[in-house]
Amino acid sequence: MSTRLAQGGRLLNKGRAMEFTFNGKRLRGFEGDTLASALLANDQMLIGRSFKYHRPRGIVASGGEEPNALVGLGTGNKFEPNQRATTTELFNGLSCTSQNHWPSLEFDIGAVNSKLGRFLPAGFYYKMFIHPRPLWKHVYEPFIRRSAGLGKAPTERDEDRYEHLYAFFDVVVIGGGVAGLQAARSAAEAGAKVLVMEQTAHWGGRAPVDGGTVNGQPVDNFVDETLAALRDMPNVTLRNRMMGAGVYDHGYVLGYERVTDHQPSAPGPRHRLWRIRAGQIITATGAIERPLSFAGNDIPGVMLASAVRDYAVNYGVSAGDRTVVVTNNDDAYLTAITLKKLGLDVPAIIDARSAGGGALADEARGLGIRVETGKGVAKVKGGKRVTGVSLCNQAGEGAEIEEIACDAVAMSGGWSPVVHLWSHCGGKLVWDTAQAHFRPDVDNAPTGAKGEAFVIAAGTANGELSLAGALADGHEAGREAARRLGLKASASDAPKGDSPAEAAIEPVWMMPQGAPIKLRMKSWLDYQNDVKVSDVQLAAREGFESVEHAKRYTTLGMATDQGKLSNINGLAILSDALNQPIPQTGTTTFRPPYTPISLSAIAGEARDELFQPIRRTPIQGWHDDNGAVYEPVGQWRRPYCFTRSGEDNHAAVSREIRQTRARLGLLDASTLGKIIVKGPDAGKFLDMLYTNMMSTLKPGKCRYGLMCNENGFLMDDGVVARIDEDTFLCHTTTGGAESIHGHMEDWLQCEWWDWKVYTANVTEQYAQIAVVGPEARNVLAELTEEDISAETLPFMGWSDITLDGIPARAYRISFSGELSYEIAVAAGHGRALWDRLMEVGAKHDVMPYGTEGLHVMRAEKGFIMIGDETDGTVIPQDLNMQWAISKKKEDYLGKRAQERSHMADPTRWKLVGLETLDGSVLPDGAYATEEGVNENGQRKVQGRVTSTYYSPTLDRGIAMGLLRHGPDRMGEVIDFPKVDGTVVQARVVDPVFYDKDGEKQNV
Amino acid sequence: MLILDCPCCGVSGEETEFHAGGEAHLKRFGPGSSDAEFHDYLFTKENPKGVHLERWRHANGCGKWFLAARDTMTLEVYGTYSAQTTEPPQDIKDKISAKRPGWSWREFS
Amino acid sequence: MSDAKSALPGARYEGFVKLREMGLQGMITLRGDLASAKLAAAVQTATGTAVPGQRQIVTEGDRAAAWMSPDELLLLVPYAEVADIIAAIETALAGEHFLAVNVSDARAMFRLEGALCRDAMAKLSPVDFSEAAFCPGDFRRSRMAQIAAAMWMPDGQSLQVICFRSVAQYAFDLLSAAAAPGSEPRLYG
Repeated sequence: MSTRLAQGGRLLNKGRAMEFTFNGKRLRGFEGDTLASALLANDQMLIGRSFKYHRPRGIVASGGEEPNALVGLGTGNKFEPNQRATTTELFNGLSCTSQNHWPSLEFDIGAVNSKLGRFLPAGFYYKMFIHPRPLWKHVYEPFIRRSAGLGKAPTERDEDRYEHLYAFFDVVVIGGGVAGLQAARSAAEAGAKVLVMEQTAHWGGRAPVDGGTVNGQPVDNFVDETLAALRDMPNVTLRNRMMGAGVYDHGYVLGYERVTDHQPSAPGPRHRLWRIRAGQIITATGAIERPLSFAGNDIPGVMLASAVRDYAVNYGVSAGDRTVVVTNNDDAYLTAITLKKLGLDVPAIIDARSAGGGALADEARGLGIRVETGKGVAKVKGGKRVTGVSLCNQAGEGAEIEEIACDAVAMSGGWSPVVHLWSHCGGKLVWDTAQAHFRPDVDNAPTGAKGEAFVIAAGTANGELSLAGALADGHEAGREAARRLGLKASASDAPKGDSPAEAAIEPVWMMPQGAPIKLRMKSWLDYQNDVKVSDVQLAAREGFESVEHAKRYTTLGMATDQGKLSNINGLAILSDALNQPIPQTGTTTFRPPYTPISLSAIAGEARDELFQPIRRTPIQGWHDDNGAVYEPVGQWRRPYCFTRSGEDNHAAVSREIRQTRARLGLLDASTLGKIIVKGPDAGKFLDMLYTNMMSTLKPGKCRYGLMCNENGFLMDDGVVARIDEDTFLCHTTTGGAESIHGHMEDWLQCEWWDWKVYTANVTEQYAQIAVVGPEARNVLAELTEEDISAETLPFMGWSDITLDGIPARAYRISFSGELSYEIAVAAGHGRALWDRLMEVGAKHDVMPYGTEGLHVMRAEKGFIMIGDETDGTVIPQDLNMQWAISKKKEDYLGKRAQERSHMADPTRWKLVGLETLDGSVLPDGAYATEEGVNENGQRKVQGRVTSTYYSPTLDRGIAMGLLRHGPDRMGEVIDFPKVDGTVVQARVVDPVFYDKDGEKQNV
Repeated sequence: MLILDCPCCGVSGEETEFHAGGEAHLKRFGPGSSDAEFHDYLFTKENPKGVHLERWRHANGCGKWFLAARDTMTLEVYGTYSAQTTEPPQDIKDKISAKRPGWSWREFS
Repeated sequence: MSDAKSALPGARYEGFVKLREMGLQGMITLRGDLASAKLAAAVQTATGTAVPGQRQIVTEGDRAAAWMSPDELLLLVPYAEVADIIAAIETALAGEHFLAVNVSDARAMFRLEGALCRDAMAKLSPVDFSEAAFCPGDFRRSRMAQIAAAMWMPDGQSLQVICFRSVAQYAFDLLSAAAAPGSEPRLYG
């Protein structure tokens, strides 16, 4: 059984016990425990079930590479699935549940999959999707759906807060082990501004567990001293519980800080995503031990040798009473020695190397541990827990020499540098034959904005596996980073590490070497996705020879652990199957994040009311209080209509329109774009921007204009007012304000930079209120003493007036066909003016109206709307707006494009009005069909509906649409099929449905 | 995510401050141009693997457009320069030549 | 006539720094040739300051001139005086090619006060707020989360931010969240 030892536990505060629950069972641990160590201390080796076969699985590792020990953490709005027990710090009251089992962890029905294992090989899903189809739908799919998927999605909203933080450093060191700390120190001594981030709560990495000395002192002393020195340096920032999630272009690094995961009741954000720019990045990310591929290597109790050592030394926890060590290198001997010294039984060290190990092997033998060389494990015995191993010759096919009873197996297949962050942004790797791993190719580092190398790997992450080598390498990495930044490198000496010399590793990719299929089918590579040695071999046989193909076919390395334990073993098996050297096979691509980060951290503050900016007009408060039903228009929310109690939107819109046409309506038009264009060349410039002639507009007058892009297509429209000889004010659509201003600046800065024109976007300077209806002049007259008669302020004129003491500009323009003034005042006065208009307007029966009323009224008048009648493929000529296209101008943006043959094609669809025969409202976007089918067998079309509304004024459906030869087909009846299969018939009519002669707006 | 130096305001900012605007040094063809010229102006754009000259606007900043010489493969930025010019400045061309001898982009090399 | 209203009159929040909306502030966009002596004189008259250098703000009492772009300044003056100042600029620059326009109502202005004001802003803007990179006198236009913003430090303990008026509520909510008690990132202080 796994248990807490009386001694050991360098990270524990045994004075503070903590209570937690696992599947409702109340358990105890100590402050400093991880959830994994606390579970092991309570003999909870079985943590979950595997993804595909639902095999019982226990803790394998002690860090972020853990594939098995995933739990659902927390409850309610704190619940989060797939959390690694090995990286979860224990806190009082922690509650977690196991995953992937039904009905219970101990007894799981899905485990029958394991018996069916030979029917669920690599590519099973792909093959089963093909045939037989009926079997898939009714038999396999329901079964697989039930068993697939890790964890459960949370059902409640996440109430925690998250945030981003932008930070800038000369040097960012990722990894707070001894190499990282030393690198930080030497970089900081050179004067660099340094950030060091460490993903765990503790500094020093695994060196203190592995032992050895630095400058003759224990490693812990070195770590403490270095930390103290770094804390004293004002140019150093130290952050633990912060993982280097990714390295990106131009020195961009994401740091994932888990601020309050370990103390959920503390104030502050739960996670903070650091968006860092670094001059140089040092990846001191350590190395990860590889499992060995022998049958039954997934049975709970089989763990990485380093993890067994970590739990014993850091947490005072034994994985078992009797631990067999299986290895191909010297490092695992440390585990045996450590356990033995703690008084635990180590029945045997099984070393696959025929020559065995070096000094550590001698030490182990000296402690009385049995060492078997040239041997391997044929298989592990046991079901939910290891009961023994079957000893065999490594060179053979697995014939059992002896069964060795044990309740834990500590395995080591060698160490792989964590090259992920080095590789994220293009750092290349080399295969180190002597150490049997990929390590960074220092000559091919990621390059930055100036083409400079900007990542340096240090320590074990750079393949320097010895304590002395890692320290020296870290020291030099810091010096090199400083040099690259143009600083004088630190003159300090590297600290001197000392640890026992190790004999060479011998690569072992399969144990035993000649394992038959029966054993290979039980030799796991990827624990989380249930990929075995036999699956990768099958993929190779079936032609998936590229490592990227084999990965996707088998799902090797595609689980939440991204194959941290399995990838190297898997590609070694693939190489062997393809009979090619490992470097020729290569690795799959390393992509960020290094381990999963929360989606909420990525979102940062952008949620709820901060999800995106909502733009508000100065009058919006009134709308909020008066029944506004909003619709989004860009980032604005404009009132669609103002409903009264018992009224639906349709009724409200009709009421607003009738009242406006009969008496007086008010519209908040503040969102309309307003751009000032000023300068001696302003007229010339606007002549290029608009299809019409703007330079001839007289001060005091307004003109409606169309704007096209260089492709000839309509992009915006609006009324231009000439303020004085040099100055124009261009109104744009609500959505066009920023883009049209940008468009103007683009042409001024990049094409006509010698033209004397300045622009300013003053959209938000003004609140703009449309005062619309027969009573419009009367209500304004009550607020001003100035002359606003039809003679002084005629249609399409503007005038500066004072309304109730507020300086205002009145544009006499109309988008409704009624007598109408658009009143612009400084935004700070907008609400006051609106309130006054409502007050004074009461006796004129004033009624605010929304955007739907605006749309219906403009459609009744046959006015086009950008975005309805236009969609980026429509030119002004399609809308019969030749009247707005100057024939005198040699050039304007879009003119040349409109001369292209397709644009001048007489069969282009053109704007018409449409009246249904039965008075109903045509469906929006409905197509006008004609006889026959096109080459794709689809019904031929000859036009479509662009705007369609119920007109309360006419009490019938009205619509506009684009129709081939439309204007020549007045009176013709066209079919518009509906989605339900029925057909609506509509007559082609003039698009101006109301007040055709424009008498009402011109009074 | 790129870092770009805005030559108009001197800010060295991250990509989110900027807005990419497509190919640089376009020569406008208007009325009077041939169909082929106009077609090329609108639609025939460079898509190089390597050196590229492109337009950027410092949208969340000084608002100015500028041009950048950038490598689409390595993302190295050889330099940024004024939009009020018809060809890249010599010092930037020299920088590119030092890194990519024999490079060419449209009529520039 | 009623008084003009700023975007969020009186809005305040107290977290690890103090936040408040600054009320009405006169602002004039002045575009022109920043090297011209006539423009310099007009700026001097309007704000009592010289023309600021690239990405700088120069302050004189309740007035300031900030560098927005190579051909644009933002003049900060008392709200009530804007119309007169613009008229004076127009007189002073008659015959020149320039643009002076009132943008006082188009903007909202916030102030963060406290030793950790840099820490709060660092959550929202991709700008190096370290003392070596950003200090009183500097004027930086960038983005604040998803909106455009301009910022400067009137003194070492406070930061001022200008954004568009329509997004004032978003900006206030952003800054409040960034200043929430207990969320000090302790990056700069």
